[in-house]
This record gives sequence, C-alpha cells and structure tokens, in this order.
Amino acid sequence: MVNRALGAPRLTGPQPPDKPELAVQARAQAEPLIKAGDSHLADGVFSVAMLGCALCVLALVGLIVYELVTKSSLSWHASGWRFFFRSEWDPVNDQFGALPFIYGTIVSSILALIIAVPLAVGVAVFITEMSPPWLRGPLAFTTELLAAIPSVIYGLWAIFVLVPLLRLYVEPWLARYLGWTGLFEGTPFGIGMLAAGVILAIMIIPIISSITREVMTAVPNHQREAVLALGATRWEMIRTGVLRNARAGILGGVILGLGRALGETMAVTMVIGNRPEIARSLFAPGYTMASVIANEFTEATGDVYLSALVEVGLALFIVTIIVNILAQFLVWTVTRGTPARANV
Amino acid sequence: MSETLTPATTVASAPVSLWRRGLNNLVTGLAVGAVILVLLPLGAIFGYLVYKGIGSINWAFLTQTPKPVGEAGGGMANAIAGSALILLIASLVGVPIGIGAGIYLAEYGRNRLGNLVRFTADVLNGVPSIVIGIVAYGLVVLTQGHFSALAGGVALAIMMIPTITRTTEEMLLLVPHAVREAAYGLGVSRWRTTLSITLRTATSGVITGVMLAFARVAGETAPLLFTAFGNQFWNWKLNQPTAALSLQIFTYAISPFDEWHRQAWAGALILIVLIVAAVSAVRIAASHGTLKGAN
Repeated sequence: MVNRALGAPRLTGPQPPDKPELAVQARAQAEPLIKAGDSHLADGVFSVAMLGCALCVLALVGLIVYELVTKSSLSWHASGWRFFFRSEWDPVNDQFGALPFIYGTIVSSILALIIAVPLAVGVAVFITEMSPPWLRGPLAFTTELLAAIPSVIYGLWAIFVLVPLLRLYVEPWLARYLGWTGLFEGTPFGIGMLAAGVILAIMIIPIISSITREVMTAVPNHQREAVLALGATRWEMIRTGVLRNARAGILGGVILGLGRALGETMAVTMVIGNRPEIARSLFAPGYTMASVIANEFTEATGDVYLSALVEVGLALFIVTIIVNILAQFLVWTVTRGTPARANV
Repeated sequence: MSETLTPATTVASAPVSLWRRGLNNLVTGLAVGAVILVLLPLGAIFGYLVYKGIGSINWAFLTQTPKPVGEAGGGMANAIAGSALILLIASLVGVPIGIGAGIYLAEYGRNRLGNLVRFTADVLNGVPSIVIGIVAYGLVVLTQGHFSALAGGVALAIMMIPTITRTTEEMLLLVPHAVREAAYGLGVSRWRTTLSITLRTATSGVITGVMLAFARVAGETAPLLFTAFGNQFWNWKLNQPTAALSLQIFTYAISPFDEWHRQAWAGALILIVLIVAAVSAVRIAASHGTLKGAN
C-alpha cells in the first residue's frame, strides 16, 4: 500500500501534431520506430508473451494451492477435521492437533487489533483532517517508514527493548491493577502473548492508517462543508461527515491489517515463547500457526509431521485469502468512483 | 484534501457550547497523542539500531565470514553477498514477469481474463510469506534435493510479482490514450508503441513499483528459512545453501551469545540503511520528478 502515497509521476508524451508540416516532421522522427518491426507477427508474438506473463500469475496461485493440498493430504487423511480441534502436538507419537496454534494466532492478532486500531485511526484523522498541510507529507511518509522495516528487525528490537520493558514495567502494573480479570496473571516473563500482540500492533498500524487515510480522503469535501455549515465543531464534522461515510473502508483497512497480523511470522516467532499451550493469561507463552511452520519445518522428520505443518500452512492460506478478499471488497465500496490516485 | 476547512470554533457568530468545544479539543488531543505514540516506537527502533549497531560495524564485519561460537570477531560478509545473490535471482525472475503481466493488464486486459488476473494478483499479494516459503520448498528444494540460493530467489520473486504487476498496470493506465493513438496514427506497430512510447513514458512509475517490491522482499526472512536455509561460509553456487542477511540476523538474535547479539544489531543496521535508502530514493525521485520518464 506504500505505493498509493507516492505522487503520480508527471507524464510527458509526444503531443499530436496540429499542422501538416509538423506531422511530416513527427513522421520522420517516428521513422526508426516504424521500421523496427512493423508486422502482425511481431504484434502477435508480443501479445502472446505478455499474456504468458499474466498467466504466470494465475499459475502461481494455482501452484500454491496444488502444493499445499497435495503435501498436506497425508495429515488430512490421518486426522481429518479433528486436526483443527485437537490440542495435543506430539511429533514423537505422530499426534497432531493445530488448536493451540489457531488459538495463538487469533488471540495475538485480536490483541494487535485492539491496540492498533484506535492509534491508526487517530493518526489518519490527524493527518487528513487536523494537520497543517506542510506536516502532512512528512507524517504520512514517516508512518509508512514503519511498513518498510523488515519483520526480523521488529523481532530483534522486540527481544532486546520491548520485552524487558514489558517485563519490568508494563506487566507488573497490569498484574496489579487488572490482574482480577484473569488475563494478566502469572509470572511476567516479558516474552509471551502480550509481547506478540504489541509488536504485531506496531507492525500493522501503517497499513490500517494508510487505508484509513485513503478512504477518508475519498470522502468528498462537500460532505465536510455541509456539516461545518450547520455549525459543527471539527470533531463533529469528522464524526458525522467523514468517519460515518468512510466506515466501510476503514473496516476494510482494519481487516486488511488483520490479514497481515495473521500471517506475520518472524517478529512473532521471536517473542511469543513458542510453546503449544492454551492459557488464559496473556503473560503466558503461546505459539502461532506461522511460527510453528517457521520453527519446525526444517526439523520435521516424519512424513506425517511435515504434512501436518503444510496443513497448518494451508489453513493459514485459506484464512488470510478470505480475510483479504473481504477487506478489498470493503475498501472498494468506499473508494469506487474516485480516481485511484487522486489522493495523497 | 487540498485545502484545510475551517471549523465552526473559529467563527465568531456561531456560539459553541463549552461541552462541544471541550470534546473537540479532547479529540484533537487524542489524535495528536496517537501520532506521538506511533512515532515513538519508530524513533526507538531507529535509535536503537544506530546506537547498538554502529559500534559493531567495522572492516572485519564487512569482509569476514562468521567465527565459530565463542570466538570474538568475524562478520557477515557472506550473508551480505548471499542476500545480494538471492535478490538478484529474485529480480531477474520477478521483474520481467511482473512488468509483462502489468503490460498485459493495462494494454490487453479489459476483459474477463484481465479481471481474473487482477484479482489473482491481489490474492497473491496477501499470501503470508511463510506459505510462499513452503511452496518454494516444494517446487525447488525438493526437486533439486538441496536448499539453495535459487529456491530463495524463487520464493522472493513470487512475492515481488503481484506488487510489480499492479503498479505497472496502474502507471501504464495513467499514460493518456491520445499518446498511444498518436503513435498508431504514425504507423508505429502496437508492440513498439507499448514498449517505446507507453512503457517509456511511465518508466518512473514502473521503477517506483519495482523498487517498492524490492524493498519489501529485501528484508524477508520467513520464506528463506527453508529455501536458502543459511550458511556460515562463502557460497557462490546457485544450488547450495546460501547465507542471507535477514537469516543471519534472526539466527544471531535468538542465540544466547552477547557477541552474536552485537552482530545482529550491526547486520540489522546495514539492512535497514539499504532498505530506507531505496525507499527514500524512490520517494524523492517521484516527488521531484527526476525520474520523469521519456523526454
């Protein structure tokens, strides 16, 4: 989504000649282009080559589905649907249940959304509606810089900065004041579900915020003017004139962020603790679908073990595809009709 | 939004209740707070990278291979070279296919097949990188019998293609139709028009797309875990396990050794500098128009 924020390049093309002598001149300039292969055969070859590239894209997705389905069939035949509802993961005895990973993926992603959505929407509201014009560009660029940081660097930073911070300050505080909820009990290790949720939140803020910005910019200005003309304050204008009109698109951005969080691997693997168990407390270590593949794929010894990991991958693939399609549909309902790159 | 609208709070004739004005100020404060809270980790990450990384970058780090555990010194030269090799393979595979598919969508794709390809590219864009890794493992590693730079390159290429395809299409569609018609009118053939007129005019935008795709995959780790696999030594063979900067950072970060942690920060600093340089160059070039394309 970063590319949306880049300005449209200025287009300078040859202008159509309006006088006969200019046409002759232009014709003379175009001579080398005309000579360089003016045949139906060349045209045909070119269009087929481009079609081939386009079909490659289709073939790739086909290949992904084919690979995942065939390589996971062994595990599917061994466990069937039970694979997704069992919680023991015991490679030694060839017992595989993906429930702890599904649980970890869902909980860490939802936690990330709870933290990220208000912040991302706040940033988007500030940039589009409140910020002085000169600050808009730099702010948008800076938040998008967050999207350019590789996952492994987030993980590195989380291990050495975020986790100690959580262990020493945040988690004891949460345990003291919110411990009664049962979500924040046990020893504050730092490493665990909470750390994964926080680092995921930081990682998905740019995507949610840039989509929110895009759909808010797509709201026509006369909506704002109409509300302001009724004497609204700026917040009332944003709430009734902008957010209400853009809500489907914002939801789309949030779901797109969810898709990113579900599939995120490295940073989560580095801080979640990697233990396949289901605990109520967010301080406890967990495991996600992506992390278990990352950690165990190269070490998987048995055929069923490898197949079970691929099946986890297949499940992750299906879920993220559904989530992404839903998100794109929602964003499209708001931004359709507006020129794709008229914003920034 | 091009102009800033003036809210009622500044219009003297409209008396606004204290509650409404207070709420407005509260929300403004919250939005500013959100911006600060988001910029905080960004600043912290860059600050830490520089603070921890800069001391460990030296000549040895850039020219040597990793030392065995327990020995100080050594570097990530092989990982930097390995990353370059993998990214080169990824670009050689991904860029032509991506641009070709983009050309198809923009010039020939106003039909059902075009819509299907567009949709598929968006689907491919959302596939988690770890899943791409599994697929590249099945496609290349299993058939070759080796973890290899080639497998890593293929995995990253698959990730580059949808981004390049969609930006190329978007950029080509920005070229006014009159430009194409002018070329056709002069008798230039269709393929020549596409390559020498349309694509040339949109060069800057296409390059932007390629660089963004490149920046996106340059730091990818998950798809390399079981394709390139990593290597502690020099390797230039395409069919052998190959080190990559991101893999090395991961291995070192989760290790228990201080020396390795130090090197992980240094490697991360180098990686981020490369990526941010690429992204900023594109951004600056796009906004100042130095990459304006033809003419």
